Amino acid sequence: MEDLTYTHTAPRPAGGTRPMAIIGVVASGNLEVLAERVLPDAECRVEIRTAAEGFGDVWNAVIADFVERHSPGGIKFSINDGGARPDTVALRLAQAVRLLEVTP
Amino acid sequence: MSAASAEQDRSASWYEASARTRVRLLLDAGSFREFIGPQMREVSPHLKVFNLPEQFDDGIVVGRGALDGAPVFVAAQEGRFMGGAFGEVHGAKLTGLLRAARDLKSVPVLILFDTGGVRLQEANAGELAIAEIMRAVIEARLAGVKVVGLIGGRAGCYGGGGLIAGCCSALAVSEQGRIAVSGPEVIETNRGVEEFDSKDRALVWRTMGGKHRRLLGAAEAFADDSVTSFRAAALGLLVTASGFDLQTLNAEQARLEERLQKFGTCQDAIDIWRAAGISDAESVPALPADPFIALADKVWRVRHDAR
Amino acid sequence: MTRNWQQAREARSARIESGAKLAKGKIVEAHNITSLLEAVVRPGDRVCLEGDNQKQADLLSSALLAVDRAKVHDLHMVQSGVVLPEHLDLFERGVAKKLDFAYSGPQSARIAAMLFGGKIELGAVHTYLELFARYFIDLTPNVALIAAVSADRDGNLYTGPNTEDTPTIVEATAFKDGIVIAQVNAIVDRVPRVDIPADRVHFIVAADKPFFVEPLFTRDPAAITEGQILTAMLAIKGVYAPYGVKRLNHGIGFDTAAIELLLPTYGERLGLKGKVATRFALNPHPALIPAIESGWVEQIHSFGSEVGMENYIRARPDIYFTGSDGSLRSNRAFSQTAGLYACDMFIGSTLQIDLQGNSSTVTASRVSGFGGAPNMGADARGRRHPSEPWLQAGREADPDGSPLLRRGRKLVVQIGETFGDKNVPLFVEKLDAIALAEKLKLDLAPVMIYGDDVTHIVTEEGIANLLLCRNAAEREQAIRGVAGYTDVGRGRDAKMVQRLRERGAIHRPEDLGIDPLDADRSMLAARSIKDLVHWSGGLYAPPSKFRNW
Repeated sequence: MEDLTYTHTAPRPAGGTRPMAIIGVVASGNLEVLAERVLPDAECRVEIRTAAEGFGDVWNAVIADFVERHSPGGIKFSINDGGARPDTVALRLAQAVRLLEVTP
Repeated sequence: MSAASAEQDRSASWYEASARTRVRLLLDAGSFREFIGPQMREVSPHLKVFNLPEQFDDGIVVGRGALDGAPVFVAAQEGRFMGGAFGEVHGAKLTGLLRAARDLKSVPVLILFDTGGVRLQEANAGELAIAEIMRAVIEARLAGVKVVGLIGGRAGCYGGGGLIAGCCSALAVSEQGRIAVSGPEVIETNRGVEEFDSKDRALVWRTMGGKHRRLLGAAEAFADDSVTSFRAAALGLLVTASGFDLQTLNAEQARLEERLQKFGTCQDAIDIWRAAGISDAESVPALPADPFIALADKVWRVRHDAR
Repeated sequence: MTRNWQQAREARSARIESGAKLAKGKIVEAHNITSLLEAVVRPGDRVCLEGDNQKQADLLSSALLAVDRAKVHDLHMVQSGVVLPEHLDLFERGVAKKLDFAYSGPQSARIAAMLFGGKIELGAVHTYLELFARYFIDLTPNVALIAAVSADRDGNLYTGPNTEDTPTIVEATAFKDGIVIAQVNAIVDRVPRVDIPADRVHFIVAADKPFFVEPLFTRDPAAITEGQILTAMLAIKGVYAPYGVKRLNHGIGFDTAAIELLLPTYGERLGLKGKVATRFALNPHPALIPAIESGWVEQIHSFGSEVGMENYIRARPDIYFTGSDGSLRSNRAFSQTAGLYACDMFIGSTLQIDLQGNSSTVTASRVSGFGGAPNMGADARGRRHPSEPWLQAGREADPDGSPLLRRGRKLVVQIGETFGDKNVPLFVEKLDAIALAEKLKLDLAPVMIYGDDVTHIVTEEGIANLLLCRNAAEREQAIRGVAGYTDVGRGRDAKMVQRLRERGAIHRPEDLGIDPLDADRSMLAARSIKDLVHWSGGLYAPPSKFRNW
């Protein structure tokens, strides 16, 4: 197992008002993303525990793109990863951000 | 969320839905309060050793909500995480929920089974959990609490899950659902492919699938693969499910003895269905939900006071 | 000396006379077939052994394999599909020597090994339509060994739903002094309809079991992933809708199956019914049932059939081509022609795409042939009739050209996730096909679709519109810009990709207003084979391998 953490500044806070969102399931090729609105508005952090070791570079690229595209300011993302492909990771992160905007 | 849109969402497939989605759609909109939710990060203490990823809720969602206004406790297993299998924390969450129900006495429990049994990686803790849960189910039932199982997920309800299901007040199952203890591959490995070809999916479902379980009387209700249908089944079973005492146990024993006597020499489920009085037994697997429910209700016209 | 202008005709008469000794009228018993073949086939003959994409003349294959090699050897096999093991056993045994074909799916590894090992002399690998065309010019069969459902005693044949290549093969063979031998499932008093008239058929044999045919076009909706759903939504909203594509062909695959299953839901939400996907050159895909039932489809012409769909097709003659007997009439040659000239879009998936947009399904150790994709996945430069999508694509490709001289373009779309099966990247710097061509000393690398024919590439990351790219460098960056996190994708020039996106040569899901929460299996109109059966009102009868009941 590998633990990775990425911290970014985000130009805008994440949309919506929900304090928490969770999406996905930990299984082969899949991942769960827990999004918590617990950080200062301009900060974003992604903590990953992954079964697939040695892909730090790819995670870095995926998360950098995600932060640039969606600006999830104020959100801490915690990920349990079952070896998902980068595009699945990108999709789940985008879904998590959208869920934070959905009125409960 | 409006009532209208909640109803629309409830047409969602039970089979396809995650545990969280099933709970959210099954209960009255917005009524669910989760216990020991993912933010608490009560993960399995064992999986790290095996280099396996954890899930924040350890694969089971437990909490309290309302069903048609009346309070219920709910536990829903996530069948895609470790095959929905029981581990230490997963099991403890369900045990705790059932003990709370036992102590409270006034709130029924819905268990949304979706499990392959016990996690190999947590075998001892898992088996212990199964035993604790079975005891907790019985204690809750003795205290007057109804414990209703809903089965219709990808992992089915196998191993220790099958045993727990057998202790419940009542079960609702869909066509996709399967209930057994040993799985198809295990049977084939131990008894040979001529005895049971685990790749013959039609055979697997005839033997362990929801329709057969309903026709055999192992499940009291059959649901279509939708949250709407399971919700209706749950509401119905919470009313009709019987209590639990020595009389119930004796009736259950008698039911099983009669079943063995009537069907014990049958080679295939189709033979059982014929013996149960169904004329066009071969057509059962292809029957849509509504005609099947009517057929099953006819076969079970005489209700047992078993369970 | 005057020339004898009847040589081929006389030779045929002699062969038929030889064979007639073993027949009662045209009918030969199964145990005499090998002897019949020894009587009518000559060494070095061009033989078409019906290996269609779907049906196989399996009795005749086995019978040919068993011939006395002193009498029959060094045959030149001309056939669409190399599908059965027997098709290659012929070469191992020396019955056959040379091969011209179009498709070899199940035998792709073995055929590669035999080509490399020198056991097969390769004529060429073709597309179906190309091979059919050559049946009339320079690959005319001397003998055609075909498969039909039934025959009457005169030799009229019913080929039924899996008519496929048969009329084309028989036309070329029978009218150029060739011999046609048909295996049939049964000999009957009266065939349900005449697909092949008797005067084109010389010998018939009743097989003891029906000819081999497998379901190749059934995709279980249960296997469709969220990534494929997202990609399919991109295709629908970003290509089908803006170009208004009504006439099209879908290559088989899970990506197109996802599109088919999203029409009644996502397509409906976008208000596209009647505006896109109304007329298809397409096999009877079960995954299209919900769209047909929801009123999306006006007409389908099919290359072949699909096991399990027979009764559904019978009940929907307003949609499919059917005979007076009610069953499907398929025809690969005509469907391929339809895909070439009468469709405005081809969309399909592939295994590898390079930086110019060339794509291939070939790997270093497999030769799977081309099938029909290159034919449909290519701009049809002989086309003259206009249509909106064709003209729009033409305008995008050549905005400065003179309108009256500016031809349209067929939309040729490659669709797929950036990481495919076993997480192998879709995008590569150099196609494996090139390595294979070098190894086998081929004149051309086996490219399925050439980059200069491709108009769009759709992945889960977005759509690259190559029509809007002005030069090779832009085309390369547009491809890199949708190649996700593959090495090719990560090698992009971010600034150039951004400029292409601003110009609309790249669209991301968010540019098209696609919500990632919609990339969910609940968006599929059918999520299981059983759902498809339900949609069909019980008419679709899936083969047992797809059922759990």
